[in-house]
Amino acid sequence: MRNPLRSEAEAFNFLIVVIVGAVIIGVAAYINKWVGVGAAVLVVGGVAWWFVKSPSGDAAAPRLASSTPAGMRRILVVANETVGGQALREAIAARAEAGRTEILVVAPALNSPVRHWVSDEDGARAAAQLRLEASVARLGETGLAVRGEVGSGEPLQAIEDALRTFGADEIVISTHPVGRSHWLEQGLIEQARERFALPITHVVVDLSAEPD
Amino acid sequence: MSAHAEPLAGGHGHEEHHGPPEPHYSSRITPAVLGMFLFIGSEIMLFGSFFTAYFFVRVANGVQWPTPPYHLPVYVAAINTCILVTSSFTVHWALQSIKRGNVWGLRAGLLLTFLMGLTFLITQAVEYSRIGFNTSDGAFATIFFCLTGLHGAHVFVGLTILLFMTIRAFRGHFSAEHHHGVEIGGIYWHFVDVMWIVVYLTVYII
Repeated sequence: MRNPLRSEAEAFNFLIVVIVGAVIIGVAAYINKWVGVGAAVLVVGGVAWWFVKSPSGDAAAPRLASSTPAGMRRILVVANETVGGQALREAIAARAEAGRTEILVVAPALNSPVRHWVSDEDGARAAAQLRLEASVARLGETGLAVRGEVGSGEPLQAIEDALRTFGADEIVISTHPVGRSHWLEQGLIEQARERFALPITHVVVDLSAEPD
Repeated sequence: MSAHAEPLAGGHGHEEHHGPPEPHYSSRITPAVLGMFLFIGSEIMLFGSFFTAYFFVRVANGVQWPTPPYHLPVYVAAINTCILVTSSFTVHWALQSIKRGNVWGLRAGLLLTFLMGLTFLITQAVEYSRIGFNTSDGAFATIFFCLTGLHGAHVFVGLTILLFMTIRAFRGHFSAEHHHGVEIGGIYWHFVDVMWIVVYLTVYII
């Protein structure tokens, strides 16, 4: 959702929209009272719909903080509950065989909407941190250069945050299978492909089919 | 965190931590943005309660608006609206000027904005004195003074902010790199302007 008061420029644009809307409603009301009411409903509804549906304004592609060193390949892995999955580890190991590879694993701190909106993220971040810690330790055992970070609860935002400091060559997104994945239900893979100009690989991890 | 680094917090570390945990802020909703949302929410509720009373009186109770024999000074208010809308353009110009390092543009823009805001408030006060009815003259009059007065109070607060911004601008506190004080004041002034357009449309026009 776009915040009309995020900056002075946004507020000024919002003012222009309100002026145009007010003129439309005023003219319609001058013609007929009920035409004015109809115009008011349409204008207010249209503006509200536009603000809810339009991107938040910080959706621009992030600037990469650094380029990849020569001979080095950087992979950004985004996973939460599936962060320790075997399929994901295999996918990462397969990429690492191609040469020197640096891997950053980001685990979004998934949270309830209410806790997210009031910035009560301690519990979610602690849980994500524990999962991440275990996963990074297992990947590290194979000799890979792996780092881990807990990211924003919104996976697209977590990817964007990570790309600001980690110039990745590829993004690997790990999810549960179709039907059990909220991320797939929300169209995360499609949105990520639309938003980030990087190769994006989707790895499906079925934790129920893996040995404990 | 690294694969080869020391164990992390969560009961694995050696250092004891006292006091509450370090705050974590979502990168999507920063405290400043959350604060702005709460501010908008509180303002919507405040103005919403007054507009509820307005619509209740006018629609549910069917009170004629304006109740005869009173008349609303629509054209004076229209000129006042133009003054307030123009003041939003000047505050926008002021901010754009300082972003380019034009200090005199900032000072002129803020001064003009302040003067236009003051003109709006004085005109409204004169309008009150000549309008011919008072708060005790029925529901119509009460709601009229409440809605326009509430907005006038917001203009007064905005003028106070603008005064400080203008003084700071003339003292050279703002630059192309540091102008956050102008940005925040500008947002508030646009908000006040938007609210006036809504008030003018509902109270004077429709």
